[in-house]
Amino acid sequence: MRTALSALELREPRTLDEALGMLREDGPLVPIAGCTDVFVALHFGTQPARRFLDLWGLDELRGIEAQGGVLRIGALATHTDLLRSEAVRERLPMLAAAAREIGGVQIQNRGTLAGNIANGSPAGDTLPVLAVAEATVVLQSADGERRVPFGELYTGYRQTVIRPDELITAVEIPPVEGRQWFRKVGTRAAQAISKVVIAAVRGPRPRVALGSVAPTVVRLPATEAVLATGGSIEEAQEALATEIRPVDDVRSTAEYRLRVAANLLRQWWEETG
Amino acid sequence: MRFTLNGTETEVRAHPLKRLLDVLREECGLTGTKEGCGEGECGACTVLVDGSPVVSCLVPFAQVRGAAVVTIEGLGGDHPLQRAFAHHSGAQCGICTPGMILAAVALGPNPPLEEIRVGLAGNLCRCTGYEAIYRAVRDA
Repeated sequence: MRTALSALELREPRTLDEALGMLREDGPLVPIAGCTDVFVALHFGTQPARRFLDLWGLDELRGIEAQGGVLRIGALATHTDLLRSEAVRERLPMLAAAAREIGGVQIQNRGTLAGNIANGSPAGDTLPVLAVAEATVVLQSADGERRVPFGELYTGYRQTVIRPDELITAVEIPPVEGRQWFRKVGTRAAQAISKVVIAAVRGPRPRVALGSVAPTVVRLPATEAVLATGGSIEEAQEALATEIRPVDDVRSTAEYRLRVAANLLRQWWEETG
Repeated sequence: MRFTLNGTETEVRAHPLKRLLDVLREECGLTGTKEGCGEGECGACTVLVDGSPVVSCLVPFAQVRGAAVVTIEGLGGDHPLQRAFAHHSGAQCGICTPGMILAAVALGPNPPLEEIRVGLAGNLCRCTGYEAIYRAVRDA
């Protein structure tokens, strides 16, 4: 590991309240759980933080339950937990599909839903799903709780409205009306970071979100509006091109991403028609 | 800090953010767990924590407090998977083998091919082309 261990500090709260107290009284602390992103950055010496807060043992943040119409997923639910959850598979099959495509089993056993959200990578595979599911992110601080619509969470590349003294404690997902669809395009079938990732819902109100094509995950309201009002898929693809801002990077090119995003839109529309 | 290592209650002093991989190799002297990429992509450092395969390069030591950790040494050398890997030439250079075997342990005996493909998707092998590995796991 390129980061010197002697410079690092770990706080280990036993309860959520204790964790929130530490963030308030003794911050700044970077929360860690499955460490599948934070430890990669520490290893390569690119993680600027030196003080961390270990949430992994806080079992109160782990459950997945259906509460009436709402599916409530605890922050520490791992991708394996999502895959195995009957409630997730029944109500939100596109989230189970996304969880299945994340890393290998080893990463699925450790990476958490809240970690994927907090890491805020535009390539995060669960993020387009949460966008089209119109999820609510539950944040808690020593002052209490607040709920942020997923669509208002990101303010820029890896930037969120989450305050340094707040933790994500849960994600709440209302019933999703319509047929759910998820695809990830990467270099190979397993263990690849997305070049383009899409989640979509074919229902009375068509919904589409894309990852890896802009500084944050993006919903496509103009594209959705074209489809909702009976426009052709070609018109929808033209709208899509105005709503994403892909870049050239090590994984792909902007041109490829634009083409694949438009193709995925068509594939979704044809497969669910 | 106390945890169970290969069935034995163990106490080890190490920095809480030290990688489990390094604690196993340096503090515990168990060098069967290999470092490949160091970023969770290759699966070479796979161990079992409470029965689930994880990459030990991305696990801070503090998070195995009270847990049961199993490394390749914990299988004793005569585990059915170890015999099957030898019999089917599932190992060539050997770097990926301990991680492959531990990921396969989590699949149970005689898993179907599709489960093997998914269960070992996080373990990269640059020698075998995977087919001999799949044969070994199916046969074990």
